[in-house]
Amino acid sequence: MMILSGDPPRSRILTLVLVVIILALAATPFLFPGAKALNVAAKICVFAALVASYDLLLGYTGSVSFAHTMFYGIGSYAIAIALYGMGPNWAAVATGIVVGLPLAALLALAIGLFSLRVAAIFFAMITLAVASAFQVLASQLSWLTGGEDGRSFQLPQLLRPGTVLIPKSLVGFEVNGRILTYYLVFAISALMILALLRVVNSPFGRVLQAIRENRFRAEALGFRTVFHLTYANCIAALVAASAGILNALWLRYAGPDTSLSFSIMLDILLMVVIGGMGTIYGAIIGATIFILAQNYLQSLMGVASTAASEAGLPLLPGLLHPDRWLLWLGLLFIASVYFFPTGVVGRLRNPAGGKSAGSSH
Amino acid sequence: MTDLAATDPLPKPKRDIAPILLPVALALVTIPLIGSPSTWLTLTAASLAMGMMIFIMASGLTLVFGLMDVLNFGHGAFIAVGAYVATLVLAPFAASIQADSLWMNLAVLAPAALLSMAVSGALGLVVERVLILPVYGQHLKQILMTTGGLIVAEQTLYALWGPQIIPMPLPASLRGSFILGDVAIAKYRVLAMLIGLAVFIAIQLVLNRTKLGLLIRAGVENREMVEALGYRIRRLFLGVFMTGSALAGLGGVMWALYREQVHASMSDDLTVLIFIVVIIGGLGSIGGCFIGAILVAMVANYGGFLVPKLALVSNILLMVAILMWRPRGLYAVTSR
Repeated sequence: MMILSGDPPRSRILTLVLVVIILALAATPFLFPGAKALNVAAKICVFAALVASYDLLLGYTGSVSFAHTMFYGIGSYAIAIALYGMGPNWAAVATGIVVGLPLAALLALAIGLFSLRVAAIFFAMITLAVASAFQVLASQLSWLTGGEDGRSFQLPQLLRPGTVLIPKSLVGFEVNGRILTYYLVFAISALMILALLRVVNSPFGRVLQAIRENRFRAEALGFRTVFHLTYANCIAALVAASAGILNALWLRYAGPDTSLSFSIMLDILLMVVIGGMGTIYGAIIGATIFILAQNYLQSLMGVASTAASEAGLPLLPGLLHPDRWLLWLGLLFIASVYFFPTGVVGRLRNPAGGKSAGSSH
Repeated sequence: MTDLAATDPLPKPKRDIAPILLPVALALVTIPLIGSPSTWLTLTAASLAMGMMIFIMASGLTLVFGLMDVLNFGHGAFIAVGAYVATLVLAPFAASIQADSLWMNLAVLAPAALLSMAVSGALGLVVERVLILPVYGQHLKQILMTTGGLIVAEQTLYALWGPQIIPMPLPASLRGSFILGDVAIAKYRVLAMLIGLAVFIAIQLVLNRTKLGLLIRAGVENREMVEALGYRIRRLFLGVFMTGSALAGLGGVMWALYREQVHASMSDDLTVLIFIVVIIGGLGSIGGCFIGAILVAMVANYGGFLVPKLALVSNILLMVAILMWRPRGLYAVTSR
């Protein structure tokens, strides 16, 4: 229990699901051959950490930030620009980390100090405005960021697919640099999620929850709420930037669509709400459901759409078109905010009282 | 404090004119910076027109927040819906839009705008009943619900109209400019200014001269008290919400004509702009929203001309500056 910071899943089914997900992710390179499965698994790892860091803000402090992709993007771009400019070596990786993480933390500090002293609603609007300005900035500074094209780069020798670490003849399958990169992503994501669990179960995390429930009371108890909220904001930004770094390392690319766009922000919101706010475990569940759906349900929708258009039905082909899958997720999102605000995890932990929990305001 | 005799008139509330002077001062300061007076006049006209359009879109949002403490993150959806609905009317009558007669053009434009307002107003009714009613008083869920609504609305627009950009040409008689000496002011901007002013005056008249307006203002100030006096503030709020949605639809049509194109993603960009405007103005204040819209437009136009690189973040800088000066916006009407 030490490793989970004394906050186990508290539901037998949830534990089972989590164990299955984690084992499947750990064994993906061997269980599911092919580039797509590995890509999906890496994306699940990265997003689980990213969403967990967002959960720290949304679920534990109750403040809605729309700037989370900005921090994610800062991490991605920092490592991409460093590797692009300095060539594929470890010094560049280190530079990207050393520049990216403090930059994200500083920006989070600035936004926090500026806007967290006001109501949650202001915070949401201001972060939205700042994030959109940052997005425009990143696409305009094309000499640095590559504009709309983004930056592609090469990884250090050790992490390249061509590098064979363990030849096939030895253990029956080949372990190459790509698989090593995958395990790097997997391990760091897992560490970050465990660290976040540690944070939310510390006294500091309890104060955050107190602020979420009643900010005035927390303040009356003597906690400097602005300090706590800003601190949480910085931690979340650091984890988000690290997730961005991992994502860029995995894709060997950073661009506006993969690391900055507003649609990623919406994806994160959907994942955290569907998985369950204020649980951290919800991030793993939400990211897994969402990304599996994104990658495999979309093709199903394509089949359904073609079938509907062949049958000559009106409207349905358009509504079922694979590009419209966000429509259905949006509906699912509204339904889950309304009917089970505690998400999948809350539902599993407390099958009867899904509605009563979490809606105290 | 001086003593008042019973017969003395009540002291007038102090008028806070500093915010009103702000755009005027900004305009005056930029004259020497821009240099040429004709360019300055063109830019000023452009900012006023843009400001009016933004005001029309933002006014509903600020009132809805002020009255009911509801922040609608999906407000941009009404803008996009309004613009798309207008294409339903404008596309079949493309011939009369291109005819060079002001009356023929307006005969198509006016019904198009009215239909847009009707549809986005009706959509407002649905959104209020379905999305907002269950989550009154819970900011977090309001933000989540209305963001979900925005996703669904945007995706539905894509599904119905397709993802391509729809061109929306200006009517023939509104193209071109009025030339005064060496100053050129686009005709459509004049129309936008007139409509914006009309909307502003209408809102001010309703708010300040009618009983309905009295109730709305009272509700913004103290909701419970109005309820305690026996008024059904929920119904009042629904009316304000629908009006705000309809105005957003109108703004959407005007913005689409201004840009001469319609796209579902227009709601995303405009949502940010509108949020900045209502934050600057002070949530719940129509006057503040009006000044905020003009300020944002001025900074965008002057800034775009003087330092194009800065134009990207100028809105944020403006917001930071205003909030440093007045942390709750230009006019803080609500105690929240």
